[in-house]
Amino acid sequence: MIDWLHPSLVLLVGAALLPLLPAGLRKAWMVLVPLSGLAVIFGLEPGQFGQIEFLGMTLVTGRVDELSLVFAYVFGIILVIGMIFALHVKDSVQHVAALTYAGSALGAVLAGDLVTLYVFWELMVITSVWLIWRRGSEVSFASGMRYLIIHALGGVLLLAGVIVYYQTTGSLAFEQIESASAAFYLILAAFLINAAVPPLHAWLADAYPEATVTGAVFLSALTTKTAVYVLMRGYAGVELLMWLGVIMTWYGVVYAVLANDIRRILAYHIISQVGYMVCAVGLGTTLALNGASAHAFTHILYKALLFMGAGAVIHMTGKSKLTELGGLYRYMPWTFVLFMVGAVSISGLPLFSGFVSKTIIIEAAAVEGRGLIYLMLLTAGAGTFLSIGLKLAWFTFFHQDSGLRPREAPANMLIAMALAAVLCFLIGVVPGPLYAILPAPIDYNAWTIGHVLKELQLLLFTGLAFFLLLGFVGGKNKIALDVDWLYRGGGRTAVLAASGGISAANTRIRRNLLDALKAWMGRVKKRHGRDGKLARTWPTGSMAFWVAVLLASLLVFGIRQH
Amino acid sequence: MTLLELMPFIVLIPLIASGIVALLPGRILPWLVTLIAALASAVIAALVLPVAISEPPLSYPFGNWPPPFGIEYRVDAANAFVALLVSGMAAITLLWAPKRVASEIHGRLGTFYALFLLAVAGLLGITLTGDAFNVFVFLEISSLATYTLIAYGKDRRALLAAFRYLIMGTVGATFLLIGIAFLYMVTGTLNMADLAERLPELRDNNAVRAALAFIIVGMGLKLALLPLHLWLPNAYAYAPNFVTAFLAGTATKVALYVMLRFIFTVFAPDYSFVVLPLSTVLMVLAVAGMFAGSWVAMFQIHLKRMLAYSSIAQVGYMVLGVSLATATGLTAAFLHLFNHALIKTALFMAVGCVMYRTGSAKLDDLRGLGRQMPWTLTAFALAGLSIIGVPTTAGFISKWYLVLASIETGAWWLVVLILITSLMAVYYIWRVIEAAWFSDRPAGAAVVREAPLALLVPTWLVVALNFYFGIDTRLTVGASMAAADALLGSGVGLP
Repeated sequence: MIDWLHPSLVLLVGAALLPLLPAGLRKAWMVLVPLSGLAVIFGLEPGQFGQIEFLGMTLVTGRVDELSLVFAYVFGIILVIGMIFALHVKDSVQHVAALTYAGSALGAVLAGDLVTLYVFWELMVITSVWLIWRRGSEVSFASGMRYLIIHALGGVLLLAGVIVYYQTTGSLAFEQIESASAAFYLILAAFLINAAVPPLHAWLADAYPEATVTGAVFLSALTTKTAVYVLMRGYAGVELLMWLGVIMTWYGVVYAVLANDIRRILAYHIISQVGYMVCAVGLGTTLALNGASAHAFTHILYKALLFMGAGAVIHMTGKSKLTELGGLYRYMPWTFVLFMVGAVSISGLPLFSGFVSKTIIIEAAAVEGRGLIYLMLLTAGAGTFLSIGLKLAWFTFFHQDSGLRPREAPANMLIAMALAAVLCFLIGVVPGPLYAILPAPIDYNAWTIGHVLKELQLLLFTGLAFFLLLGFVGGKNKIALDVDWLYRGGGRTAVLAASGGISAANTRIRRNLLDALKAWMGRVKKRHGRDGKLARTWPTGSMAFWVAVLLASLLVFGIRQH
Repeated sequence: MTLLELMPFIVLIPLIASGIVALLPGRILPWLVTLIAALASAVIAALVLPVAISEPPLSYPFGNWPPPFGIEYRVDAANAFVALLVSGMAAITLLWAPKRVASEIHGRLGTFYALFLLAVAGLLGITLTGDAFNVFVFLEISSLATYTLIAYGKDRRALLAAFRYLIMGTVGATFLLIGIAFLYMVTGTLNMADLAERLPELRDNNAVRAALAFIIVGMGLKLALLPLHLWLPNAYAYAPNFVTAFLAGTATKVALYVMLRFIFTVFAPDYSFVVLPLSTVLMVLAVAGMFAGSWVAMFQIHLKRMLAYSSIAQVGYMVLGVSLATATGLTAAFLHLFNHALIKTALFMAVGCVMYRTGSAKLDDLRGLGRQMPWTLTAFALAGLSIIGVPTTAGFISKWYLVLASIETGAWWLVVLILITSLMAVYYIWRVIEAAWFSDRPAGAAVVREAPLALLVPTWLVVALNFYFGIDTRLTVGASMAAADALLGSGVGLP
């Protein structure tokens, strides 16, 4: 334990100390803690560490190998960037939540057994929900509550799965899960909820747009990517995932085209992008898994960048709907430029990070001979570019003059965005270092004429189509119904109707039962209260009597047998 | 000086120090010497424990008289573990003592602390000695010191409580003496190991049977096994807070240890559990104690009495583990012996903090106090979680092993009973939390400040230990298993 420091521990302890510090030191602490966490992560050596014996189970809190390292690295990086982005926020609840949330996501990624995974999994949920609630609005409270309920369900499924798994296999080690028992489906369902796979995805598009400006950055990076990691670890090569992934890529894109809130558009694109990764996990080849890890790495960076850009706009203008924004490039030029770096990265424009990772997955589908998958993954990219690179950017920063005159975002926000943007660009230009840390050695060159031309063609024609159809693609101030309607509207109506009847019956039963119980308790208290039979201060003689009784009975028994 | 030569000093340091402390003037100096003595004794006990676990028993002959002729200190995992508990709890409660004793006992404290050291030395002596008569001698030393300590209580009822305890305790000690005398009569030896060798030949001797019965009843009395518990509630309730905190963690535990030592080492389980219906008797009394103790605790309005009755219930858990007569059952008994000491001491310390400020331990006077003494009552609530047996607390670990032991023997119904009594614990702890946080301060009640740090820090230390041993169980479970093995010996089991 001592010779190995768990990076989560650094973050959790740092988070615990944060509120105790004087306000003046908190900003320095907010940078120092993530940086030391990052330093610990970069110091990790492959192996099994931090083993704890607990109630006869061997828990491995630190399994470090190539796969967990990729995720640990990028979690560490994004935590530093996200904390810098949040430096101006005075609410230390959010900072504590963010640090513990990142710490628990790291813990989940490094967990070598299912119990440790479960503990960190639940911790992620209860810490991350504060990043939604601290927005302080009623909408955010309600959507945080829905987020909590759905993830609590996921937690229960996971726990049930772990128990069944332990019962059937006798092992708690977290490895590839064989499809022999119910545990396979229980754990898979829990993972799919976190990965936001339709129809279990609605919490994401529901909650992320309502989160705090700075909290959404962490949310976008950690929960779904942890899910991708656990899917890679436990469910690589399950064909079902391939199809679910492809559906996700398109599902997200379609809903993003319909959405109006800028962060809801981004949230739907998380679903779409995670779709690429889930699909790659389903393909299960070495190339595909490499692609999934690489894409998770780049995705966290550019998606955080996009959320930071959108967050900066919301922070400065107070508006979040496309129909209310416009013409901002003049007033927030840096935000605009940095946001565009993220936008072209997610679209897979050559020279930016999305290009070097997404194409690996597409290539993997092609190598496997999955024609339909290949085509759908490729074309979904066009939709991404359409809604983020063009629609979102155009209607936020150009289009009409909305009358808003915001100032440029504060320096800490710009610095954080610049860090992410530089990384997006560097990875796009020099993908070598990223490829070097992937789980398996990779022999892949993104920069073939074919790849570049194909992407460019796709993006250029999307652009052309966008400007031709400009009148039709703008955000409409309407609500696009998604699965969450079931439990928001229909579900609630049904529950309310049922609960009316139940609560009436409940009141009746309670009244009767409570009356009976109260009367009984009254009697009991009278008899067993302070001077009740058992509680009375008995005279010494009574105790001597009991001694005699006990001794006599023991002696009688002992000698009778003789 | 080797570890073996150091070992007797666990007992000798407090014994000798008590003579010195009795002569010291003032209030601070006696405490300081007492603390140093207790710490020294705890350090040696901590050094001895790992050796006792990994190696055969350490035997130290006093005055170089080889056993069985002379008195021998014989230390294996079982008594090393209990000795560490006793000396450790003495040291920890002493850290808490000065501030608390200051407002309860007036005048010079030399005599008080000397008596405390005598009680500690007595308990440690009982634990470490390998000589049956020596057990009785140390039992009397510790008991007499304890009666006096209880009589120090501010409440005049403390005198009566101490007197009642004196009478009953003496009955218990006499029973032990009668039992030992029977054994000496038929075997001619007092050394425990020697007794263990000679007794198997005397299986059918009635005197030996009577000896076992006397010893069990005698120790059952010191252990507060229902229905022999009647001395305990008042003694705990009216003793000075510091004395209660120490006794609750140690006195009954040592009595349990003696009982185990006689049942398992001296008589061997294949004798004790066959000749007497010990399994049944202990199990019935244990379950009755679990229920009666928790039940009465649920309706108590005096916090210290409530905790005292809860102790009777907890003793039931330990005896239940013993009555199963399996390795796991004994492990659970030892675990709970250790963990319950941590839990109950923490709870009594928290109540002591409340009494320091309000002067009352009545539930009604606690109303609305949660906002005025948040640290104290949070400590109480956390220790309460431990007594309920919430995961990540020490209380959970011992209950878990007790449940495992019950399942192992196929006694599923015991699991249900354990769960029900845990729910009863939820009730009596919740009453305190409800009063402290969910009721309003009665109009006209004095405004109370948080307890001083000198009380809070040791209290929280014990609370922290509760959580530490709820998560890192290597020390407790390892030592308890070794202790159970040491008692059961190799290859000795139930027929």
